[in-house]
Amino acid sequence: MVETAAMILPHEGNAAGTGVVTITPAAFASRLSIRARAEAVAPLSRALGVKLPDAPKTSAKSRNGKRTALWLGPDEWLVIDEAGADLMAPCAKVKQLHAAVDISHRNVALIVSGKGAEAALKAGCPQNLSLEAFPVGACSRTMLGKVEVVLVRDDAETFRVEHWRSFSDYVFGFLAEAIRDPVI
Amino acid sequence: MLLIYCPYCQEERPELEFAHAGEAHIARPTNMADISDEEFETFFFIRSNPKGLAYERWRHVHGCGCFFNAVRDTVSDKFLATYKTGEPKPDIDSLTKKGDGK
Ligand SMILES: [Zn+2]
Repeated sequence: MVETAAMILPHEGNAAGTGVVTITPAAFASRLSIRARAEAVAPLSRALGVKLPDAPKTSAKSRNGKRTALWLGPDEWLVIDEAGADLMAPCAKVKQLHAAVDISHRNVALIVSGKGAEAALKAGCPQNLSLEAFPVGACSRTMLGKVEVVLVRDDAETFRVEHWRSFSDYVFGFLAEAIRDPVI
Repeated sequence: MLLIYCPYCQEERPELEFAHAGEAHIARPTNMADISDEEFETFFFIRSNPKGLAYERWRHVHGCGCFFNAVRDTVSDKFLATYKTGEPKPDIDSLTKKGDGK
């Protein structure tokens, strides 16, 4: 008999929900970490087909909506492509000095959605996540419980919670526990 | 929750996202090989540790990742000002007269 090993992906089988909020694993996406100075920002934006935003806590989408660039710091961006496209190849053509690192397999994401999404995240995130302070399209690196995450608000009631894959059990467990709170 | 104004994120963010990074405005000697052991000790170990207003480095480590400087009252924990790395020390008299720090 041939023995085969099956790979168990992070968040495989993880799903939780109540009447007001659901937690589901995000589909595979490719991801790129970019560090660049001002002179490389425009050429990188052109190459990737999405503007690397220059305002804190903001994100930008490509025309087809599949690719998102998140401002993480004044010289740091996270690019997420939900179609799973190769993000390194377009950057390789950019002549200006920059650092682009493929982190597709370092990060995973959970989608927290529903009327109770904001409250579920507030169980462990110290930031003001109200719509006024954290509008649709806002993104930020921050904390959830004991781990660092990157939050993106996809719509009024939907957040993408990007985190390192080694934290996936913790993040899912934390949120699944949080939504059991009757106030959420 | 203590809120700290990050000069790069341009807003107040929760203390949990920040890390303290020692005294600010300590210039590394340019002639490191020539200085005496005592001078090196002063540069490397000796800190002012004031009771009252202190110039400190902070890092928004779980946010934008940037280092910046802050004037903080070590008695009350109040931040009087935060400013970007490389900017000059703010004038303490004008800060204390104005009362609140941004
Ligand atoms: Zn910041």
